[in-house]
Amino acid sequence: MQNIPQISWFEEGKLESIVKEAINILSSTGVYIDSKDVLSLVGEAGIRIANSRAFMSEEAVRNAIGSAPDRITIYNRFGNSVMDIGGWNLYFNPGSSAVQILRYGEGKTTTPVSRDLAQFARLTDSLIGYDAQSTALVPGDIPETIADRYRLYLALIYSGKPVVTGTFGLDGFEPMSEMLRVVTGGEKELRARPIAIFDCCPKSPLFWSELAARNLVDCAKAGIPAQIVPMPLAGATSPVTLIGTITQHCAENLSGIVINQLAMPGAPVIYGGSPACFDMRKATTPMGAVETQMINGAGAQIAKHLGLPSHAYMALSDSKTVDYQAGMETSMSALVAALSGVNNVSGPGMHNFQTCQSMEKLVLDHEVCMMARRFREGIKFREAGHSKEIIQEGIKKKQFLSLKSTLKWYREETYFPDAVIDRDIGEKGADLSEGEILKRASDRVAELLVSHNFVTLEAGKSEAIEEIMLREAKKAGIGKLPELPE
Amino acid sequence: MLQFYEKCKKAVIEGDSDLALKLATEAIDKNKPVLDVIEKGFVKGIEEVGRLWEDGTFFLPELVMGAEAIKKALSLLNPILSDQQTKGFKKGKVVIGTVEGDVHDIGKTLVATMLSASGFEVYDLGFDVGVDSFIEGADKWGVNCIASSALLTTTMQKQRGIIEKLKERGIRNKYTVIVGGAPCSRKWADEIGADGYAKDAVSAVTLVGKLIGGD
Repeated sequence: MQNIPQISWFEEGKLESIVKEAINILSSTGVYIDSKDVLSLVGEAGIRIANSRAFMSEEAVRNAIGSAPDRITIYNRFGNSVMDIGGWNLYFNPGSSAVQILRYGEGKTTTPVSRDLAQFARLTDSLIGYDAQSTALVPGDIPETIADRYRLYLALIYSGKPVVTGTFGLDGFEPMSEMLRVVTGGEKELRARPIAIFDCCPKSPLFWSELAARNLVDCAKAGIPAQIVPMPLAGATSPVTLIGTITQHCAENLSGIVINQLAMPGAPVIYGGSPACFDMRKATTPMGAVETQMINGAGAQIAKHLGLPSHAYMALSDSKTVDYQAGMETSMSALVAALSGVNNVSGPGMHNFQTCQSMEKLVLDHEVCMMARRFREGIKFREAGHSKEIIQEGIKKKQFLSLKSTLKWYREETYFPDAVIDRDIGEKGADLSEGEILKRASDRVAELLVSHNFVTLEAGKSEAIEEIMLREAKKAGIGKLPELPE
Repeated sequence: MLQFYEKCKKAVIEGDSDLALKLATEAIDKNKPVLDVIEKGFVKGIEEVGRLWEDGTFFLPELVMGAEAIKKALSLLNPILSDQQTKGFKKGKVVIGTVEGDVHDIGKTLVATMLSASGFEVYDLGFDVGVDSFIEGADKWGVNCIASSALLTTTMQKQRGIIEKLKERGIRNKYTVIVGGAPCSRKWADEIGADGYAKDAVSAVTLVGKLIGGD
């Protein structure tokens, strides 16, 4: 690509050596698959199975890489294509499945409820820099056994954007795909115009639980893009060296791609993940650590080398609140993601080691994402070769502000951030508390929640997915769904 | 006529200096009521530009281009207004410049452009202007207001110098003195005894309007 600033972590030869080692791990050490059905599927394809481990040959892996698409188109609820995941395209969506919320305007962390998730979806819908939403919170006012489908239900009601989601239990996939079929118009339509991406998360090292493995297969059969999200932790669940973790991360992704492609060759699948370094001092998994960013960035380059669309958990922070650390870690990570060519970045809004979501942070992170996007656009050769004339004209006019060239390009050359970012002329001695960024973000959240006109789900579809949800709720022993905002 | 005024207004909003000049020429050639052409046409345009700037729709380029368009039109129309009409239209006279030792004048030029677009008679001394030159200019053109700009913390002291020199000569009360520029603030204006401070070109117009324009 021309003039796209980018980070190159490895030269081509090194990339291939990482992939070769990952394949070597898969063929010699194998991957554990905790699902009889999936083991049969893999075994029937000629892959050697022993003690629930699948020993994937180079041929099997190369075939899977070859049959997986290099781009995936994702649609919104209205049937418009909104994401072309692949190449150097860059998309952002909020981090998923937080079990806590830093409620806006309150400054207190608490267990989220349905209302929070509804508001979160609506807020995401209002922010143009987020191409997709996610099932960002796990609401505490609904039984855990049906929380996966309930989150999707809320997401489909409160936003028209595609959803990055996933299942919590084996019985979650069917009702969730049923809802998606209702919204898209049917099985064929869902396959042709997918509106959701399902995260499928292997356990590190090299372990596919029954749920994750079955999800890979179910997604492939339904035509729903599967996003592989391994979480190797350098020194804890993967080698301490960054290159070791990157190699294991690659092997885990490739094993998922093999399972997915055996279920349905050509099925949409994303090379993704949430690998991190491990803090040996605090026993934590710092998502904002610079090494975490390096591992993730390198992963995107490997995906590109393999011709696969990529994903990473980036643009997030470990800070407990929305402060300097949150801004610093999120910004660095978003920029590394953008420059490394990660296609689908999940993470904005999130902090405290992926456990907490904040709507104020989501609004501020939106600016980070927009700036990272602008950065990635690079420097265009606009009016190149005409600088002399423009400079002469500017000298003549004693300023460049009213030049036709200025008017023509200034809005494209410059990203103008939302008012949450302070670019006002500061009057010395003014009351600093007036300008506190958190207050501005909090006000903006409140304003967007009131002013944003999200498009409701069409009549008929809305009732149909409610019916599915009520059926699921009844199975879980509850007759009524929590009350929701309008 | 209403249609003609609308065209004049639109030319300013669109920042089209050539069209504004053409319309001003047409107004003269066809003996249209010049004061009305200014007030109901071009001025309405710059008012709308100001409004669009305030609400965040317009940014600096649109603002300056609008101001330049009306300036072009007024350069033709003002000279043919009668004295009485001029008195009714003109809001006051301002001498403006960037202080001695300071060559940064983009902000000052912008303020001068906006002031003249808003009906003030502006005498722009340029940059690196000595204290005496400000006062001599003010005296020569009989202005109401002296506006000085400084970008550097080192040169802003010259703004104090203007006021002290005016006091020294016993003519401080003769002029309204305002200051602006990146290191300045309302506090600075108070400290040196200036009559006002504006943070940007649009608020400078409002400030001068209040202080000398009878707004």
